[in-house]
Amino acid sequence: MFRINRIVSGKISGWILPAFLIILWEIASRAGWISASTMAPPSAVAEAFWRLLLSGELLHNIAISTVRALSGFMIGGTIGLVFGLMNGLSALSRNLTDTTLQMIRNIPHLALIPLVILWFGIDEEAKLFLVALGVFFPIYVNTLLGIQSVDRQLVEMGRTYGMSSSALFFQVILPGALPAMFVGLRYALGIMWLTLIVAETIAASSGLGYMAMQAREFLLIDVVLLSIIIYALLGKLADSLARLLERLTLQWHPAFQSA
Amino acid sequence: MSVVNIPTVSKASFAEPVAVPASMRLPTAVSFRGVTRDFGNKPVLKGIDLDIPAGQFLAVIGKSGCGKSTLLRLLAGLDKPSSGSVTVKSQDGSARTRIMFQEPRLLPWANVAKNVGVGLTGISKGAEARERSLSILRDVGLHDRADEWPSVLSGGQRQRVALARALVARPQVLALDEPLGALDALTRIEMQRLLEEIWQQQKFTAVLVTHDVTEAVALADRIIVIDAGRIALDIEVSFARPRRHGAPELAALEGKILSALFK
Repeated sequence: MFRINRIVSGKISGWILPAFLIILWEIASRAGWISASTMAPPSAVAEAFWRLLLSGELLHNIAISTVRALSGFMIGGTIGLVFGLMNGLSALSRNLTDTTLQMIRNIPHLALIPLVILWFGIDEEAKLFLVALGVFFPIYVNTLLGIQSVDRQLVEMGRTYGMSSSALFFQVILPGALPAMFVGLRYALGIMWLTLIVAETIAASSGLGYMAMQAREFLLIDVVLLSIIIYALLGKLADSLARLLERLTLQWHPAFQSA
Repeated sequence: MSVVNIPTVSKASFAEPVAVPASMRLPTAVSFRGVTRDFGNKPVLKGIDLDIPAGQFLAVIGKSGCGKSTLLRLLAGLDKPSSGSVTVKSQDGSARTRIMFQEPRLLPWANVAKNVGVGLTGISKGAEARERSLSILRDVGLHDRADEWPSVLSGGQRQRVALARALVARPQVLALDEPLGALDALTRIEMQRLLEEIWQQQKFTAVLVTHDVTEAVALADRIIVIDAGRIALDIEVSFARPRRHGAPELAALEGKILSALFK
């Protein structure tokens, strides 16, 4: 009786259902309940994984996709950060640029793909542009919001104690804006992957999306499933890294303190 | 040399004979001359003339909206008068004024010692700043909490850290804007005792704005009442320290002040 309680309330309990579903999926595929042309069994996916890993193809494509994603993220993220800081700190800058940026924000960036292909072709610049564009807005908006929501009383306190503008920025404003900026970061990471997946599926000659697209052409369902799973895992990895960073830098925040 | 300014006593019948008090012979720390402050077209302070001798504990009492916080902010340099002048001076020329707010206003992302260190901005840093911070934390009784986050402290403890931060640089003038208003009654009494003790040790000029007449009577050397933007009452309080809460002479003074407030 107690054993069951411990199993149900422990960490492994979260994995029971997925494990069960995977076993069910395997049985269903082997027994032919699911046709081989629509879905491959987990064992086939695992086999494809092993095969592509050994041939080096998998790691090569993952590396290319990751570099692409991170490069686009760096570009869009930096521009978003700079604008967010400028518009948060300077009313003049905000009055001049915010409206324009908000108007651009409302265009779904993925809808621009045909235009982007026209302008940039299907080379690296196209994908970098799309990822940068997608990443820009969550980071811009959340940085702006973070800076605007810093407690004014703390800023006043800092001023009365003689803090210079730069001391005020680094000791009061930036740490105060950091929680909101992390929200922007995690949101942007999700959009980064989403944009990359779409961009690679439509126009690519290397990378995970390309691998999936080729597999689809040749009806290699196991490889298609594998790339989906890998995308999901990479997305989860990026998010976990961001959360780790958040937990390290925001130790002071009551939300991150163990009870 | 500043002109000695005999405090103006209002028409309220206040029969105590006022010989020139000892405090009047000390150098003046703060002077208000014809100070007015308007917000838009609404006058809040309508002509304040005030001299505060060095080392005095002055309490400023008034109802909400009477202008007492504005007076304090002018004193602390957070605001400029619409007319008139506010001067803060001390004998050696330095005139450091520090203010303690009603909220602790601690940086949540810095530990207690670093927060106190904010009071030494531009004055000292690094190991020396930490030494001085720890020393003042010892005076307020929070030495053992130096490396903790403000979020784990109680309200009273946070205000003590704020007090430590205000005092770590040894200011000449300490302005206190209803600092104990948000605390429970017992903590308030503890903090009053702490404040008095530290004031007696460090000998700064203290200007305490409060709505609590009991607190003013317990702590101050001199009480002024602000009513409708002017000083309505200005009396010396010369009871011996430490003053016993609930003592009859304190209660009598409280009664006089309240009747001046609510006449």
